Amino acid sequence: MAYNTPADLRYSKTHEWVRQEGDEVVIGITDYAQHALGDVVYIELPAVGSTITAGEPFGVVESVKASSDLYAPLSGEVVAVNTDLESDQAPINNDPYGAGWMLRVRPSGASEELLDAAAYAAFVAEIEQ
Amino acid sequence: MLKRTPLYNAHLAMGARMVEFGGWEMPVQYRGIIEEHHAARNRAGLFDISHMGRFMVRGPHAEGFLQHMVTCNVAAIPLGHAGYGLLCRPHGGIVDDVFIYHLPDEFMVVVNAANRAKDWEWFQQHATGFDVEIEDRSERWAMLALQGPQAEHLLAGAEDSTTAEIGSLPFHGVAMTTLFGQNALIARTGYTGEDGFEIFFEAAHAERFWYGLLALGDNAVQACGLGARDSLRFEACLALYGHEIDETINPYEARLGWVVKLDKGDFIGRDALQAIEQAGVSRRLVGFEMVGKGIARGGYQVHRVTGEPVGFVTSGMPSPTLGRPLGMAYVPTDLSSEGSEFDVMVRERPVRARVVKMPFYKPRYKR
Repeated sequence: MAYNTPADLRYSKTHEWVRQEGDEVVIGITDYAQHALGDVVYIELPAVGSTITAGEPFGVVESVKASSDLYAPLSGEVVAVNTDLESDQAPINNDPYGAGWMLRVRPSGASEELLDAAAYAAFVAEIEQ
Repeated sequence: MLKRTPLYNAHLAMGARMVEFGGWEMPVQYRGIIEEHHAARNRAGLFDISHMGRFMVRGPHAEGFLQHMVTCNVAAIPLGHAGYGLLCRPHGGIVDDVFIYHLPDEFMVVVNAANRAKDWEWFQQHATGFDVEIEDRSERWAMLALQGPQAEHLLAGAEDSTTAEIGSLPFHGVAMTTLFGQNALIARTGYTGEDGFEIFFEAAHAERFWYGLLALGDNAVQACGLGARDSLRFEACLALYGHEIDETINPYEARLGWVVKLDKGDFIGRDALQAIEQAGVSRRLVGFEMVGKGIARGGYQVHRVTGEPVGFVTSGMPSPTLGRPLGMAYVPTDLSSEGSEFDVMVRERPVRARVVKMPFYKPRYKR
């Protein structure tokens, strides 16, 4: 199964993506992650002004079948949250790299090891085996 | 090595996502759980349930043997009908829940996939002294479920079949038919809360039946995975072994007292069950809705609103039909009446929940 992994993003091994925008980053979950979860029906995200810590859970997505933690790919302060997702989670499945974005964060330095698109695609292919 | 049904390759070819379930590699979804769920509620869904166990019981003492093994009254299941029963340990804990089909000269007992080996062993242990032959037909026969309000109409239109009059098959009736030119047992049974059929046939014909049933009504039938099977049975509050029932739970706690026929004569667990019935239970299965924000899942703790841990969630999910998170839990009897409130611990946080009527979705069986 081929998943969309845009070349301009970096990826965590827990299936979050990171897009650099100036000195801030935007975070969401990958096409593989949304596919593995199935239709997302509920999401919990942190508040603006809170901090997230690399490798620690920052929120939760739930589908009919399962509840999954979201893990912070890096540490930093949350400067914006996609609150539209609270009432309509469909973009997480339909447009995970666009309207399905979750957080905008000002990084504070610490980061998980992030993969480029090719390395992440290879990582996913390995899991799928 | 996980076991595979005769339809394993068909599932892969249809792009199913496969998961482990009770030692089996099974499709959890094809197009999406919610879409498959709605297909079974509104039209028709097809499920591969060949992983379930199928034991044939025959011989002069077949009925007496089964009467000894199960809590229901096997003598009250007429030829050509099926009935729901429980296997219990002597202390009253539930070994498995089963469906018993009364066929000419034999009974077929359908058991849960994860319990196949355990149930087989339990039957063998107690067969001594009964003139009975037990045969495991699980491998030789495949089993599909066609469920939904259009199932009857679609099945009646199958080609090379004798199912034109399938509409006259009563609820829980079972009949020998021809389907797609092959012999098949068709029973009006299921696990979705909808009208529908379970179909048994030689495993060699599995793909002919699978693709043939999907094609009915100009491809009106949706392939459904275990995800939708779970959400459908959950809304109808049908017990799932390992969740609502197991060996630490007795039938009265699970609100399955109606399956226990204490006056039918002796059977395994009868003394203990009679004592439990007389003493009353201290906990009971309830259905609940979330008052606070959050989704309860199987295994989450239940606390009194004062914080005291008193129970656990057996199943929980956002109900696709009702559009809100619901759950089932074991709670002390003083918390089990409609409107009672307790907290479900969702990721270490108490979230308020309120007891509601079961089932969440009123089954639409054709009786």
